[in-house]
Amino acid sequence: MNMVNADIASTPTRRITGRHLWLAALLGFAVIVPLLSSGYHVFQMTQIVVYAIAVLGLNLLTGYSGQISLGNGAFYALGAYTAVILMTHAGLPYWATPPIAGAVCFCAGFAFGRSVTRLEGLYLALATYALAIATPQILKLDAFEHWTGGNQGVVISKPTSPVPGLLNDDQWLYFFSLCVAIVLFVVAWNIVRGRTGRALVALRNHPIAAGAMGIHVAGYKSATFGVSAMYTGIAGALGALVAGFVGPDSFQILLSIQILVGGVVGGIASIFGTLFGAAFIELVPDVTKQVSEMSPSLQWLAELQYPAYGVLLIVTMLTMPGGIAGLVRSVELRIARHSTRTPQN
Amino acid sequence: MLKRNSFVVTTALRLAALTGICVILAAGCKKGDSAMPGVTATEIKIGQSMPYSGPASSYGVIGQAETAYFKMINDKGGINGRKVTLMSLDDAYNPGKAVEQTRKLIENDGVAFIFGSVGTANNTATQKYLNEKKVPQLFIATGADKWADPAANPWTIGWQPSYRVEAKVYARYLMKEKPGAKLCVLYQNDDFGKDYLTGLKDALADQYEKVVIKTAAYEVTDPTVDSQIVTLQGAGCDALLTAATPKFGAQSIRKVFDLNWKPLHFVSNVSVSLTAVLKPAGLDKSTGIITGQYLKDPSDPKLADDPGMNEYRAFIKQYMPGTEPTDGNALYGFSVSGSLVKLLTACGNDLSRANIMKQAASVQKQIVPTLVDGIELNTSATDFRPISQMRLAKFNGTSFEQMGDLISGD
Repeated sequence: MNMVNADIASTPTRRITGRHLWLAALLGFAVIVPLLSSGYHVFQMTQIVVYAIAVLGLNLLTGYSGQISLGNGAFYALGAYTAVILMTHAGLPYWATPPIAGAVCFCAGFAFGRSVTRLEGLYLALATYALAIATPQILKLDAFEHWTGGNQGVVISKPTSPVPGLLNDDQWLYFFSLCVAIVLFVVAWNIVRGRTGRALVALRNHPIAAGAMGIHVAGYKSATFGVSAMYTGIAGALGALVAGFVGPDSFQILLSIQILVGGVVGGIASIFGTLFGAAFIELVPDVTKQVSEMSPSLQWLAELQYPAYGVLLIVTMLTMPGGIAGLVRSVELRIARHSTRTPQN
Repeated sequence: MLKRNSFVVTTALRLAALTGICVILAAGCKKGDSAMPGVTATEIKIGQSMPYSGPASSYGVIGQAETAYFKMINDKGGINGRKVTLMSLDDAYNPGKAVEQTRKLIENDGVAFIFGSVGTANNTATQKYLNEKKVPQLFIATGADKWADPAANPWTIGWQPSYRVEAKVYARYLMKEKPGAKLCVLYQNDDFGKDYLTGLKDALADQYEKVVIKTAAYEVTDPTVDSQIVTLQGAGCDALLTAATPKFGAQSIRKVFDLNWKPLHFVSNVSVSLTAVLKPAGLDKSTGIITGQYLKDPSDPKLADDPGMNEYRAFIKQYMPGTEPTDGNALYGFSVSGSLVKLLTACGNDLSRANIMKQAASVQKQIVPTLVDGIELNTSATDFRPISQMRLAKFNGTSFEQMGDLISGD
């Protein structure tokens, strides 16, 4: 629980240069690789960007303010359906949908957060779980069928590239999502570095003390819920554009769990860890399948996709309790310590 | 100096990690365009997206049977000298995942076409993409009727008779055998159930209002359909169509019996499994129900010496040991694969996507030995419903007895 505090407190100059280089390399990677990849890999990278936004939304809520949510998939679905309904019924262009989906989800999340402020820890987790469980069935309700398409879902046209010679449709959608993600990451970065971030961490570490210091507990908690829902909703809207389809079965409870897995594996109170978390949930479930295809002697692995995923998750949690971001941080620290010690010997 | 040292090391490590990711991603990229994607001199690569996990994982048996079937075909030398590689990926019955897996198959693995993916929503989600890319979406495993629309989606074709076709078969039987009958309908309030109403309207046309005197819907979330059955009985019907999924099919059969109501009872083909429906409802209570069949009944003792079924049972024994031959999903996978092999054989050496689709749209009197005797598969440029005949069968307390001739649901 202390890693965040350390993160916030220590930002010496040298570290910033390192971070900048790291960021530049990451951005370079994010920009160059899709230009050289095939359609499917661009699609996968877009998915990772979308998941990263959703995981970031959960990180703000669970990692920073300490409220556990198993229901963010519901906001993801709400964002996705908002975007699709706006496109098919209101004739809005695709690029206008993520902000509106975000606003709708912020309101929904704020209202939900407000009504469950009294719930903490596991009780809150269960309340949000109920939200996730209810979502697919609500989407199937007859009353909304005109908008939601009921069981059948709704197919939408995928965005086309305005510069077809330069970027194909997949690449265009990728860069569109990437831009949205960058804005959201910068916003999140600023939220957690500032006064609000400190208030959230205080809330998480000791709600009573935080209240005594003058932090508006209920207000901050529900606002965080709203912001988290907004992030997840924007991710949902982008996700709908990427898949070109929404249907109730796209938003089963597993989605909420995946977002949580991404958050924890990446590092639950880390902004840049969300990228690893997102890559993990997108790529790892299929890894065993791919390994099994490499050689006939590994074929038995294909049958064990989920057990292998489970084992990998347990091992990850045992060896990297701080997630991948935590591991990276401790390696950095060790190297720094090592290189300061060496000359003395 | 020292600080600088550690900085260089960390940065180098970070860059190394990034390069690693780049290399892994780049290694995954394959390029290859030809007139016959997915086809080489020795191999035909095809793909599908299947619910091996998730809420509909019992359908995963279909994918296993199909994979095993092509193993058998390859053991026998393949099709025109080419082995068939079926890449069957898991989508957990999630349409979003189905889109991802389908794109992987087409763009990354370079399959020739998509074969037999399961689920109405999952195929809906991928239909537009596949049609835009002009990739055949062949023999998909869903009973929705909307796939037969060659004008709008010339690259999509189903296989099994749709629910709408099935309802037409019931209506035609009723009009012929029991003119003047009053029909009640219990249906699931979704696309599945509503397809039956559409089929009845198709077949009965202006008679619909006169014949169908009462309908009652239930929600999948309803605990029982008892009150609906009571309402329908009260309307004075002498025939009943239960267009329901297995759990509700069983409830309907039991309640009709308990009310001592004896209508001519049609039960939708998806809800007549001996183990999942009739036994829970009570075999005595199920006696007399009628359903439409297109696959041979794997538990029918009269088919013990049927050549088609013997072939199927031998296949299960050798290639799917441990699977119950009575599993309808395995029989389905076996049958539809047989149909595909005939199609690919007909393509000869021109396995381009266009020719595969052309052949799929010109199937003439194809016989699949595990389909009910007499059923022929026919398609044309305007008719994308390969199977549109069924034979009715009545349950006699232990098994289904076929009755009457084949009825067409065209």
